[in-house]
Amino acid sequence: MTLILEPNFAEPGRRYFRDFSPGDDFYQLLIDAHRDLTDEQSALLNAKLVLLLANHVGDIAVIREALQRARENLAPTP
Amino acid sequence: MLKTYEYPKFEYRRPAELDSAASGRRPVIVVGAGPVGMSAAIDLAQHGVPVLVLDEDDTVSIGSRGVCYAKRALEIFDRLGLGDAVCDRGVSWNVGRTFFGEREVYSFNLRPQPDHKRPGMINLQQYHLEEKLVGRCAQAGVEIRWKNKVVGVQPGSRSVVLEVETPDGRYAIDCDWLVVADGARSPVRHMLGLDVEGKVFTDRFLIADVVMQADFPAERWFWFDPPFHRNQSVLLHKQADNVWRIDFQLGWDADPEEEKKPERVVPRIRAMLGEARPFELEWVSVYTFQCRRMQRFRHGRCLFAGDAAHQVSPFGARGANSGVQDTDNLAWKLALVLGGQAPEALLDSYSDERTLAADENIMNSTRSTDFITPKSAVSRTFRNAVLQLAGHHAFARKLVNSGRLSVPSVYAESLLNSPDADFFAGDMVPGAPLDDAPVEIDGEPAWLLDHLGGRFQLLLYVERAADADARALAELKTAIALEPVLIVARPGGRPGLPVLHDVRGRFLERYDALPGSAWLVRPDQHVAARWRRLAPAAVRAALARATCN
Repeated sequence: MTLILEPNFAEPGRRYFRDFSPGDDFYQLLIDAHRDLTDEQSALLNAKLVLLLANHVGDIAVIREALQRARENLAPTP
Repeated sequence: MLKTYEYPKFEYRRPAELDSAASGRRPVIVVGAGPVGMSAAIDLAQHGVPVLVLDEDDTVSIGSRGVCYAKRALEIFDRLGLGDAVCDRGVSWNVGRTFFGEREVYSFNLRPQPDHKRPGMINLQQYHLEEKLVGRCAQAGVEIRWKNKVVGVQPGSRSVVLEVETPDGRYAIDCDWLVVADGARSPVRHMLGLDVEGKVFTDRFLIADVVMQADFPAERWFWFDPPFHRNQSVLLHKQADNVWRIDFQLGWDADPEEEKKPERVVPRIRAMLGEARPFELEWVSVYTFQCRRMQRFRHGRCLFAGDAAHQVSPFGARGANSGVQDTDNLAWKLALVLGGQAPEALLDSYSDERTLAADENIMNSTRSTDFITPKSAVSRTFRNAVLQLAGHHAFARKLVNSGRLSVPSVYAESLLNSPDADFFAGDMVPGAPLDDAPVEIDGEPAWLLDHLGGRFQLLLYVERAADADARALAELKTAIALEPVLIVARPGGRPGLPVLHDVRGRFLERYDALPGSAWLVRPDQHVAARWRRLAPAAVRAALARATCN
């Protein structure tokens, strides 16, 4: 498995008539999850989310690639 | 300040009601001669319903206001007989570019599919559109009374009585049905004590119409955090007559009166365009917005449409466009009810279908607003992360939300639909607005949608015109007029029937057509039902269902 970089959001059983809808559904869920949290709580939520999703992905090669991509333009690669 | 446009002044005429007590009751009165009210009036007139429009003013919209008219609204204008006039006057565009800082991160093309008559969007100042609509109203026999302000409404179970104020005094007039299209502040809604629920956004935007000679392409350009307006967003649109619309996000703390002053506006625009480019300021306004709607759009004999019924943020051009779609949905239903061919329940389906459409518009424009103007530090971090990734990765480009531009709603859950009994692929499900396709009629190029709408039609797809089952077509006699239309794979005619040749196979592809497939199409060009085999009894049942009979 390699890291998927094409649009990949969908909800089983739902029909989408517009290609932007599934991604927008995800983004709203993400932003709503942070509503009314302090910055510190938000940072903790994000950390937990990364851990949960990383465990779900499981494949450490994929996670390594995602981490590299996420770090691009922030600092030299460690 | 205006340099390119002279506002017309429409003539006020003393209404006859001021001199004679008893005037005839009107079948329909429309309040508000904006794009929505006038579209409703023209549509009703085309259905043979006499319409009176009342407007408190005597000119068109001041400033460019609603600028972007989407493909679906243009298709409706085609049906109303002014599509060409609007498109010829406007600037058509399909490409939108999004910048983050100094870099382009994303672009889209609104019309990825070829072979549609109308482009994804045209930009046209609202005053130009309204002038065309006023002209078309006159042609269609719609009476517009300027300087006639509704100051009282008495809703009744059998009629609605209006109190109208004119420069010469007041008069009363009654109607069977009242179409309320008097805008976001809707005086009529207030007089009826009806609520509109939703949320107000705490942000302010400056909009300026700027006249300049510029060789920028006719594209929508959107900046997140540009160097010339840090930490805020900016939007640029080209309009007719070298007028450009620029939107600057200002933030909630901005003073609207101060920000409107040329000495504040001009430096902002100069920072954007550069010192060298000459321009003139035509019109400036500072706005805030709401995302909200009425719970129901039908209240007895009062039918609410456009901003009077629902309001959205401007991101996505979903205001005027959805208002025109309201009237597209309403006019044929009201005409059938007035003609005694459908029960009043059909008007509840107007409310059902268009409140769902309003929810979709509100949801999309709220999402765009939350992306453009993040409300928290973490929201801003995610937004900027999406924009950074968008420079490299397709998945992130899809998440960039600088406005999801107006597309029509699919009334997939509507009670007017007959559910599919047969399998079809593609998006032309019951409730969907029809996709256009190029066709030929007697060898002459034409467009599918130009031949549909205004009445119920039955599209029947066959290989050759002669293949159509004459007996089944003859059995289609229905109480509500239903016109059969043949779509044929191979050229050829058939006496007494409109025959459209699917010259490029686009109908076949977009509708997943097979020889013998049939579609029941509503007067507003939405699918009501579809079948793989034409069965007159099923068609009659679907037509009854689509009209609440």
